[in-house]
Amino acid sequence: MAELGEGSGSHAHGKKGPVRAKKQSTRVDMTPMVDLAFLLLTFFVLTSTFSKPKTMEITFPVPPDKNNPPPPMKVNGYTFLLTKDNRVFWYSGEFKDAPKNGLPATTLTEVKFGEDLNKLLLDKNDLVEKAILELKKKRLNKEIEDTTYKRLAVDAKGDPKSPFFVIKADDKAVYRNLIDLIDEFNICNVGKYAVTDIMMSEINLINQATKE
Amino acid sequence: MPKIKMPRSNPSLDMTPMVDLAFLLVTFFILTASFRNPEPVQVLTPSSTSEKMMPENSVLITISLEGKVFYTISGFDVRKKTLERMADKYKIKFTAKEIEEFGKMTSFGVSMQNLSKFINTEPGQREKFPSTGIPMDSTNNQLSDWIRFGQYEGVVQYKDLKDAAETSGRQVVIEPLRFAIKADGNANFIVVKEVIKTFTDLKIYKFNLLTNFEKGPNE
Repeated sequence: MAELGEGSGSHAHGKKGPVRAKKQSTRVDMTPMVDLAFLLLTFFVLTSTFSKPKTMEITFPVPPDKNNPPPPMKVNGYTFLLTKDNRVFWYSGEFKDAPKNGLPATTLTEVKFGEDLNKLLLDKNDLVEKAILELKKKRLNKEIEDTTYKRLAVDAKGDPKSPFFVIKADDKAVYRNLIDLIDEFNICNVGKYAVTDIMMSEINLINQATKE
Repeated sequence: MPKIKMPRSNPSLDMTPMVDLAFLLVTFFILTASFRNPEPVQVLTPSSTSEKMMPENSVLITISLEGKVFYTISGFDVRKKTLERMADKYKIKFTAKEIEEFGKMTSFGVSMQNLSKFINTEPGQREKFPSTGIPMDSTNNQLSDWIRFGQYEGVVQYKDLKDAAETSGRQVVIEPLRFAIKADGNANFIVVKEVIKTFTDLKIYKFNLLTNFEKGPNE
């Protein structure tokens, strides 16, 4: 750089006659550019998130009309009660405070999240599960198209003979339990489920059960 | 014994392909990256095996661990118009600059009375703002109003864009408005239920619950 100034360099040239422009190298030092490129690359690799958050679609039941109360729970239904410490209880059929029509009063059974719950659901939802497996086999053997499979699967899940599942939670349950339970329903191909309000009598039963 | 002369190789190697690739990757990441908008709260969503994508066009309710409720709606114009409607209803005046700033904002969790203070906070400082959550008790259900006005504006915008696309023969790119709830896994279920009740009172029954992806046991 210093040579470009009015120092000794220009004097030297002056003596040699015609001034000839110094041939400059065409090579540019690209190191800083490459450094920057890698810096940016590292930044974007580290900060980018590829997956958008996933969602679970759920439809809540229309609140019952006061003039037109819903029919009581049929035998073919199961109610899951969520409470504190990630505990789940369930009972089948209609809720009964006291023995009625020769049937005993409702008692709660506890089930653990994970394998136990999975087994229970597969057992109760046997009918739909078998139908879905059958359809999956058919799809694998190319007997039915993907779209046909989807339609038939929806039909199978909505089978009127299949059980109905109800989720209720008390004020100590956390949101994660609800998601876990719905997720388990989806895994076990449960088509008919709903989240509804808990009844006082159910809370009392839970309190008794958790006290033990 | 004659000395073995090692052939002297040039220590500098051609880095052009590497640099090319580096730039290619930089370009790719720059173009694909979408910056996550800074949110006023950190929420750890529970995980599920669901593979459905988060809807593009949605009203998003965020519920924090402590049970505070935050609201946002997609779309710059929709957000601004929603605020104008809310300002009208609650008789709170916002300057044009504040409305503009609100359009750029993401989730917020303050009442209408504190909103202008929140808007005027520096974006970097909003996380520290004492957000109390949007009131949603029966006497002062601001969340319900936010959802209602947001839904109205969202639907109007969807219709406008759809009509415009149809008349010009283009494909409709915008999705209809959906309702999403993003709650912390350890948030109390009661708060989530309150929010859902606010929705069902407005006759909205279908939601998307945001979750993290987790691999299922089979498939």
